[in-house]
Amino acid sequence: MEGIVKQTSVPYRLELSNQDRDLLNAVQKDFPLHPQPFKVLSNQLGIPEQEIIERLNAFQQNNAISRFGAVFDHQRAGASTLAALAVPEHEIEHVAESINALKEVNHNYQREHEFNLWFVINACNQVEVDSVLTHIAAEFDYPLLDLPMAKGYHIDLGFPLW
Amino acid sequence: MVEQPLECELSEHALRKVLQEGLPLVARPYQHIAQQLGTSEQAVIEKIAAMKQQGLIKRFGMVLRHHELGYTANCMVVWDVPDQQVDQVAQLLSAEPAVTLCYQRPRRTNWPFNLFCMIHGKERTQVQQQIESITHKHLLNYPHQLLFSTRQFKQRGAHYV
Repeated sequence: MEGIVKQTSVPYRLELSNQDRDLLNAVQKDFPLHPQPFKVLSNQLGIPEQEIIERLNAFQQNNAISRFGAVFDHQRAGASTLAALAVPEHEIEHVAESINALKEVNHNYQREHEFNLWFVINACNQVEVDSVLTHIAAEFDYPLLDLPMAKGYHIDLGFPLW
Repeated sequence: MVEQPLECELSEHALRKVLQEGLPLVARPYQHIAQQLGTSEQAVIEKIAAMKQQGLIKRFGMVLRHHELGYTANCMVVWDVPDQQVDQVAQLLSAEPAVTLCYQRPRRTNWPFNLFCMIHGKERTQVQQQIESITHKHLLNYPHQLLFSTRQFKQRGAHYV
C-alpha cells in the first residue's frame, strides 16, 4: 500500500552551479514569447541555445522542473479552494491516497497541526469544487476546513533561488 | 465573494489544456503545440500573450519543485490579524523576499486564522529564524502558527479544463 502514495520526504540534494541558478531564475516568469525562445534566453544568459534546452530537460527528468507552462489566475481560470482534514495519525496514508486519487486535487501535503492533511481542489466552476468537498465529507467523518481564497496579495510569481 | 463562471470557456479550451499540462522543452515549442492544435505558431504566441495581458495567465514559464532543488523546508504560516489591519500586514509580508505566497482566507468556527503565507528554505531552523525575524521586524504581535510540511503526497499543476 505504501508504494502507491508518492512520498518525497527523503532529502534529495541537487547541486546547482551559479549558472544553473541564473538559468532557473530566468525561466520562471516572462518566458520569451518568440518562435525560438531558447535562442532569446541564450543571448540574455550567454549560454548556447542547445545547452539551455539540454539542461532544462535534465532538470525536468530529475523532477526539479514540474512543467513548462502557464500558472492561471485561480479565480478566473475556474474555481478552487484550500481544504484541510484533521485525520488520526494512523489513518493519514490511507486518507491521503484517497484524496490523491481525486483528479481535482493537485497539491496534497501533510503538515504539523491537528488539521494535518492540506490539499488544493481545482475545477472549472464552484459547483464542481463543492461536489468534491461533499464527496470528501461523506467519505471521511473528520473535521474538514474549506478555505477558499478571499484575496491574493502575492500569488505564484515564481521562486527566487539563492 | 467573487462570482465564478458556471460555463467553462470553450474557445481557449484546447490551448488552456496544453498550457496546464505543459509544453515540450524543444527549440520551437510553440510550433510543436500549434501542430498539435492545428493552428499556426504565430497564433499560439499571440493567444498566450493575450491571455497574459488579460490576467488569465499569472505566470508563464517553468514551474519548479522546491523540494527537488534542495529547498526541503516548507512552512505555511497562518495569522489571526484583525480584519481592518489584514491588508496592511499582508503587504508587509508580501514584500519580504522569503515569502513566496500570501493570501487572505475566511475564518471558521474551529479555525481563527485569516492570513496565510508560505516560506520555503533549505533548513527548518533557518525558516524558523526567518519567520521570527520578520515577526520582530514588523512588530507582528498577532496569534500565529507554523505549519511545516512533513510529507508531500501530491504536487502538480492545476487542471481547470
